[in-house]
Amino acid sequence: MPAYFPTACAGILRRGAGLSAICACLLLGALGMTVMAASQQSANAPNAGRQRISILLVRERRDLPPPLSLLDMPAANDAVAGAELAINDNNTTGRFLNQEFTLEVVQDLAAEALLAEVESRVSRGASFVVLDVRPQTVLALADRLKDTEVLLLNAGSSDDVLRGQECRRNLVHTAPSRSMLADALAQYLVWKRWRRWFLVTGPDSADVAFAAAIQRAAKRFGAKIVQERAFNLDLGNRRADGGHEQIQEQMPAFSQNVPDYDVLVVADEGGQFGDYLPYRTWDARPVAGTQGLVASSWHPSLEQWGASQFQNRFVRLAHRPMRALDYNVWVAIRSIGEAASRTRAASARDIIAYLRSGEFELAAFKGRKLSYRSWNGQLRQPILLGTPKLTVTVSPQPGFLHQTSELDTLGSDKPESVCKAYASP
Amino acid sequence: MPRATGGTSIAVALALTFASPQALHAYTVYVTNEKDNTVSIIDSNKLEVIKTLKVGQRPRGITLSKDEKWLLICTSDDNNVQVWDTEKLEFVKTLPSGPDPELFILHPAGNPLYVANEDDNLITVVDIGNNNVVAEIPVGVEPEGLGISPDGSLLVATSETTNMAHFIDTASHAIIDNVLVDSRPRVAEFTPDGTQVWVSTEIGGKISVIDPKSRKILAKIGFEIPGIDPDAIQPVGVRISRNGKLAFIALGPANRVAVIDTATFKVEKYLLVGQRVWQLAFTPDDKLLFTTNGASNDVSVIDVEKRRVVRSIKVGRYPWGVVVARH
Repeated sequence: MPAYFPTACAGILRRGAGLSAICACLLLGALGMTVMAASQQSANAPNAGRQRISILLVRERRDLPPPLSLLDMPAANDAVAGAELAINDNNTTGRFLNQEFTLEVVQDLAAEALLAEVESRVSRGASFVVLDVRPQTVLALADRLKDTEVLLLNAGSSDDVLRGQECRRNLVHTAPSRSMLADALAQYLVWKRWRRWFLVTGPDSADVAFAAAIQRAAKRFGAKIVQERAFNLDLGNRRADGGHEQIQEQMPAFSQNVPDYDVLVVADEGGQFGDYLPYRTWDARPVAGTQGLVASSWHPSLEQWGASQFQNRFVRLAHRPMRALDYNVWVAIRSIGEAASRTRAASARDIIAYLRSGEFELAAFKGRKLSYRSWNGQLRQPILLGTPKLTVTVSPQPGFLHQTSELDTLGSDKPESVCKAYASP
Repeated sequence: MPRATGGTSIAVALALTFASPQALHAYTVYVTNEKDNTVSIIDSNKLEVIKTLKVGQRPRGITLSKDEKWLLICTSDDNNVQVWDTEKLEFVKTLPSGPDPELFILHPAGNPLYVANEDDNLITVVDIGNNNVVAEIPVGVEPEGLGISPDGSLLVATSETTNMAHFIDTASHAIIDNVLVDSRPRVAEFTPDGTQVWVSTEIGGKISVIDPKSRKILAKIGFEIPGIDPDAIQPVGVRISRNGKLAFIALGPANRVAVIDTATFKVEKYLLVGQRVWQLAFTPDDKLLFTTNGASNDVSVIDVEKRRVVRSIKVGRYPWGVVVARH
């Protein structure tokens, strides 16, 4: 193998005072070297005139309860591995075009410290900031950086408000919105003629938002929510010696006396109870939504459209299957790479302009080109529906037509968009 | 090393063709079935499958040795190339190929074989006689299509995620230039006179026609089919007739083959074939063109002169590659 394939940076942790949790690493793909950010400028550049494009990945620390299943424990390098793969892919192309992409990671910080750190990195030259942070942190960053020439790419939040009322001109989204996910699921359920839904909504605000997207989708595609029920059982600690004995009593009781329905749609984004529902409902019904049959931007089993090679590359790098967050981050960084190679530019202004233009198209292993919606900066993309092990189908479903792109049958379409920041460029 | 009788039989075949259109020379068409691990063998006169061969795992790219004694098959999931005897239809040997070989091309002199390794960002150069790997050429992410100039001096490799056509000097194995094309380039095909390379870009939905001397893009050809979502028009297979006048382009999930006049770069006609049409092959007399239709498990047969689909032949599941032998 040639020496210029970049190495992973996951192991390079800076352990200085105050920075103990920041992994600041820089991938010099063309040199096969890993150096600290501070020495970036002094690195011996073999090629004068090489264009450097500096990308920052930001992950906010969130104190979330652990998921129900051991299988769903988040990986330490969630998102980061997707970023590393994209940087490798960008640099393999970049070495032919004398362009070099570097990655810095800021992670495991709470909101305030994180904002300051990102501002400091931006002042030192990062022009592209890929985000896996809470919606309010997305907005705080977008507002603080609004006078800089920096593009924020939201890879972690599905919040519709960020694409609607609170959209920002310096913000695009590779993560699908909740409404895209709900529409993708709804199209399939309607295609399947499972039109009567029993909606079970968890207590968190995210659960309520997901349920709202499901209600919107039901109206849009002609399904009927026969009943909505709040899930308000206190299940206690997720882990106790035993537990299934009580769960299998509680779940049927909870789902009893529902008007006749075809499918139970669950809204439990935090994964605190949804996985208890399949095989335990009072009536023998399938479960879909945030658990059961799930809509997502990616599935680790996808092999169509050349995805096998992509999955293989990822597993070789990260030693685990690719998750949706990794994919969203990969798409964000590949979008920057694609725009950079098309414009042959290093300036953020040119790259951003191309990424937003009608010319931009990205091949991303989903069988058709992906691009950004001109009315809110949302990436238009097919959505996969899968069970934990396999992809079941891909939406948009056959027969859901659109005058410009069938992909725009998913999520907020141009005529209904309430995003003002994008309305006047 | 052509067979001594090769030229004679073509002459006889042509004579027969002129004497009586019914008595066409029968060519043999080999089709890989990706899902079934088989090769369907079709008689070009009867237009039916005469035999199905059980081969290695996930057969995709397929070609013939110059003397046509060997059938070479990319058996992707076995990570090698299988060699079969075309006369006895017996397995001969495997060639090393690097991991996950998908497409390959033979040097016009008959050796070596250039194999695209999608998983490893490499082109592997293999001597088909002594099984040696002659060289490995690093290219962009996910190399796929390979085209070689008629004089064998220039190899063009496409890389799907890097969106480039890499121009490689076959003497030194050095990349001499990289041409950025539209998204997800798949197949590269030289015109018979060697003055153009046609590169299909599946997600970009276009053909880039490149001058191999200046490496400038001479033209980009787009497609428009009434009633078909533009995103579903995904060009993959490219074949140019031996007289250089016509190009046939397989348009994937648009289920059409485009016929292009190479003089004007204009699409002359769209022919409706089976579903997800991927690869194409002419008969040696250029009278028929066979298309592999992955999603409908069949091969469409196009009458080149009449620009008409004349037959659909059921083959195995997910037909992928196709090659036609003289005998």
